[in-house]
Amino acid sequence: MATWVFAEEADGAPTPGSLELVSKAATMGPVTVFYVGTGSPESFATLGGCGATTVHHLDTGDALPAAPAAAALAGLLTGSDASVILFGMGNTDRDIAGMLAARMGAPLVANALDVSTDGAVTVTSEINGGSLGITTEVTGSGPAIVITRPKAFPAEATGGGSPEVHTVAVPETGHAGDATITERHVEASEGPDLEAAAVVVTGGRGLGAEDKFAMIDELAGLLDGAVGGTRAVVDAGWVPYSYQIGQTGKTVKPDVYIAVGVSGAMQHLVGMKGSNTIIAINKDPDAPIFGVADLGIVGDLHKVVPQLIEALKTR
Amino acid sequence: MNIAVCVKQIPDPATPYQLDSENHWVVRPNDQVLDDTDRVGIEVGLQLAEGSEGTVTLFSMSPSGNLQGIRQALAMGADGAVLIDDETLKGSDALTTARALSAAIAQGEYDLIIAGTESTDGFTGVVPQMMSEILDMPCLSFARKVDAADGTVTVERQTASGYEVVTSSMPALLAVTNGAVEPRYPTFKGIMQAKSKPVTVKTAADLGIEKAESQKIVSVDAVASRAAGDIVEDEGEAYTKIVEMLEQVKVI
Repeated sequence: MATWVFAEEADGAPTPGSLELVSKAATMGPVTVFYVGTGSPESFATLGGCGATTVHHLDTGDALPAAPAAAALAGLLTGSDASVILFGMGNTDRDIAGMLAARMGAPLVANALDVSTDGAVTVTSEINGGSLGITTEVTGSGPAIVITRPKAFPAEATGGGSPEVHTVAVPETGHAGDATITERHVEASEGPDLEAAAVVVTGGRGLGAEDKFAMIDELAGLLDGAVGGTRAVVDAGWVPYSYQIGQTGKTVKPDVYIAVGVSGAMQHLVGMKGSNTIIAINKDPDAPIFGVADLGIVGDLHKVVPQLIEALKTR
Repeated sequence: MNIAVCVKQIPDPATPYQLDSENHWVVRPNDQVLDDTDRVGIEVGLQLAEGSEGTVTLFSMSPSGNLQGIRQALAMGADGAVLIDDETLKGSDALTTARALSAAIAQGEYDLIIAGTESTDGFTGVVPQMMSEILDMPCLSFARKVDAADGTVTVERQTASGYEVVTSSMPALLAVTNGAVEPRYPTFKGIMQAKSKPVTVKTAADLGIEKAESQKIVSVDAVASRAAGDIVEDEGEAYTKIVEMLEQVKVI
């Protein structure tokens, strides 16, 4: 029984999230990867190094990948011995997973923190902001489509060799495939990579105004940290989506997470509660963020943060 | 332009939801509210319909209860609602939900189908994509800016590093993010009119669908919470506590 993994390309290489999934799959048996992107011998070798034995490579060019990728995957999976296919939480992951499930009538479980194929496919996940753990057993037929949370598994090089690579032809998709990417824009952030930084400083709605984010930038800079934002401030347009931490954004597990003016909505907590040390500053003593904080300061962030910045500057 | 908007009534998200002990399904009280994130899709739909003398029809699947959440959505200005309410569909998975909504929508003719990115109670986040496959429409997901005219729809689609501009012909399905538009508040007139707007109820048989059994929750356990932290009221010196902690964990 092969475990399949959807892997996506970014900046000419498999995304870190994709490699986490390949590494996890390698602990479950032989791994077949469905790779969407331009593709290169280096990319395929990276996938092989994490345990992929076979790679099916599809390049969708300027077409929105979801429909052609789902159609191609359905063709490959039908009649295969796949028991499970792992997806990440990326936007394209979710598009393809959803369309694939509908196309194949296959079972789909989302927000997975772990998956097992010993016997029936079982998936563990958490709800209510991580307070309840759920175990789901897949009972439907067809490969189980499992969408996993980022950083649920470490990416590990297994020392595997080059995988066997098959080029997949772009399939006919009908009207569903009629969507074209006409422009690509990068909204660059400065400083360390949010998902890899040892310190993350996140600003929430409690900052009150967009220009107050300068304070977050300065604090993060003093700690060599990265800057994050909640969904509320991203939706308000204060910072780009690439800053978003939470259910629909990035998942971070830094050594220190500093939440400034963040209430701690469930959808935010799932993206940061794995941090080693959590410090929160909020004026509302009942804010849920204090429930996960190692140190919570109930007070006016407009006073506390400038004081903190001054103290750090004088060191 | 005629527009279908998918909306969901959910238990009030201010209180953690309860699971029933037998099937572990979310307990749905009679008083449910409109999922706040759906207001964005409704607003996008209303703006496009208003600019083209079109209509906005809501589609929802849930036990109807007292229709409070649907009336909240109608009060924003939608023309009517189709509600799928059938005891046999209780505990449906995402695919059954997508099949039901698609079947109901396919009974009419719409230029655009609009949904949110994910519900606030379920967070599965794949129903729009499933519907696009079933309805054979392009799925323009994670859309934060929408333009539609003359049979073409263009969106800014959020990506991990920024955004991309995606365009397709209509009919198409949009899954919008919360940042797409600022939803309007219902007016008093809107709230009064919502009480008499048509709500059509459909059963599974009306739509020719049945619930797929693809998974079951076998256990629910409390997760060990983080040890309680130190909560300090700021009296002018609390920042020193932060400095101390940063020293302790050797960040400074």
